[in-house]
Amino acid sequence: MTGGREAAPALDVAQVSHRFGARAALSDVSIRVERGRFMALLGPNGAGKTTLFSVITRLYNNQDGRVSIFGHGLDREPSRALARLGVVFQARTLDTDLTVAQNLHYHASLHGIGRRAARERIATLLDRVGLSDRRDDKVRTLSGGQSRRIEIARSLVHGPSLLLLDEPTVGLDLESRADIVAIVRALVREEGLSVLWATHIFEEIEPGDDAVVLHRGRIVARGQAGSIGSEGESLEAAFRRLVTEPKDGGRQAA
Amino acid sequence: MSIQTRTAVTAAPTRMPGVSHHGRLDAVGYLICLGGIVRRELLRFFNQKERFFSALVRPLVWLFIFAAGFRNTLGVSIEPPYQTYVLYEVYVVPGLAVMIQLFNGMQSSLSMVYDREVGSMKVLLTSPYPRWTLLLAKLIAGVTVSVVQAYAFLAIAWFWETDIPPIGYLAALPAFVASGLMLGAIGLLLSSMVRQLENFASVMNFVIFPMFFASSALYPLWRIRESSETLYWICECNPFTHAVQLVRFALYGQFEPVACAVVVGTTIAFFTLAVIAYDPGRGIMARRGGPAGDNS
Repeated sequence: MTGGREAAPALDVAQVSHRFGARAALSDVSIRVERGRFMALLGPNGAGKTTLFSVITRLYNNQDGRVSIFGHGLDREPSRALARLGVVFQARTLDTDLTVAQNLHYHASLHGIGRRAARERIATLLDRVGLSDRRDDKVRTLSGGQSRRIEIARSLVHGPSLLLLDEPTVGLDLESRADIVAIVRALVREEGLSVLWATHIFEEIEPGDDAVVLHRGRIVARGQAGSIGSEGESLEAAFRRLVTEPKDGGRQAA
Repeated sequence: MSIQTRTAVTAAPTRMPGVSHHGRLDAVGYLICLGGIVRRELLRFFNQKERFFSALVRPLVWLFIFAAGFRNTLGVSIEPPYQTYVLYEVYVVPGLAVMIQLFNGMQSSLSMVYDREVGSMKVLLTSPYPRWTLLLAKLIAGVTVSVVQAYAFLAIAWFWETDIPPIGYLAALPAFVASGLMLGAIGLLLSSMVRQLENFASVMNFVIFPMFFASSALYPLWRIRESSETLYWICECNPFTHAVQLVRFALYGQFEPVACAVVVGTTIAFFTLAVIAYDPGRGIMARRGGPAGDNS
């Protein structure tokens, strides 16, 4: 069992389906994020990205299928699974009335890390996202890009090995967007963090990244980002073709 | 502020001194988690000064104006725990203190709905601790705030000759904790049922006011019985009545077993229902929309 866990992928989503009433939000979705890899989850609005994130973070129980994080099944060992997971949600989730440090300490305590132990870690992370000087400022005084960087720092406070980001750059200017991409890419490169990055912005994806395309709750393409398109077709063009084709339920495994 | 300079000071999480790879999942870790949730609640409470004052002003208005006005109309005869004929102001103090907790319980519930709308509930629920322990921590955090408020009110009411023996203030602490837990648990369940913040006004109309007025907070129940037997039984069945009685007796150094049993029983029942409602597979989380109303 432990041997299997050593080799288990960072995230294994196996045949997950989820319904809201009569509407199927996810149908038979399988995704594997290998350790130390950056995986892009591409999908238009309403494709089911946020639902998938809610299932992975156990906000919803998956109705069918199985989710494991580093071999810890979300159904059987939710605590161990969640402990290794860091999340940046699409919506801003910082407490705007509290300071940056108070927000980060609150998060540390949610993971059982006491104030003294967290202090050093928080200082390091704030340095990493370039916002050490804003430590004692109220979150409401930060710009959109700055709060996003704080949210990334927050998601790392408990030292997760898998980071989930749900369209983290939405609504940010080009510079802030580039900053955030650079921070996360550095984490993958230097610390071996595994990342699942949901987006529909193609500049954020490199040809060597793993990618899956989610459309109407189904995976319609998967593979290396550079090879998803057919000969001479850009990823963006391939994506447009995949999400406009009316083949509801068409699957194409790589 | 290049990435290179940033990474120079970064160590891998596993190498951080004093920090285990992913916090502690044992009892100590849980206590840290509980402490963090209570701390956040207190920080938010003291940040919102208006909230603190309005929570105090409401019962003080009742005490200084309403009770003074009714002083001569509503005489309260001798009944336990009072040993003599008491002034109306003296009678209403315990009820007003518990009213603070009632409003606070609903306020916590309101902030749960707000947290769900803005998404910070998601952050709480991705904590690795079992969900029921997170809800319990939320409940304890709310109770801490409500007990602070209740004592702030008692401190001001003290100048108004409320005739509470000094030992009563101490004896009432467990009673305030119990009533705070009960009202918080009711609020917690309500927060799982209210879909949107806008619907909260109806909670005021259909929960707070009926609970407060159909209770022994403002008038002894024998008075109500004189006018309506049915109403009397409604008040008897109202858990708020028992919370008020538990506190009232405790303030005079006495223990009311029936009130205590009702308060504890109601707390357990409502907390259990709230845990079911917040379960990821059932209740609100499973319904369309989920915790933040997103459905993409």
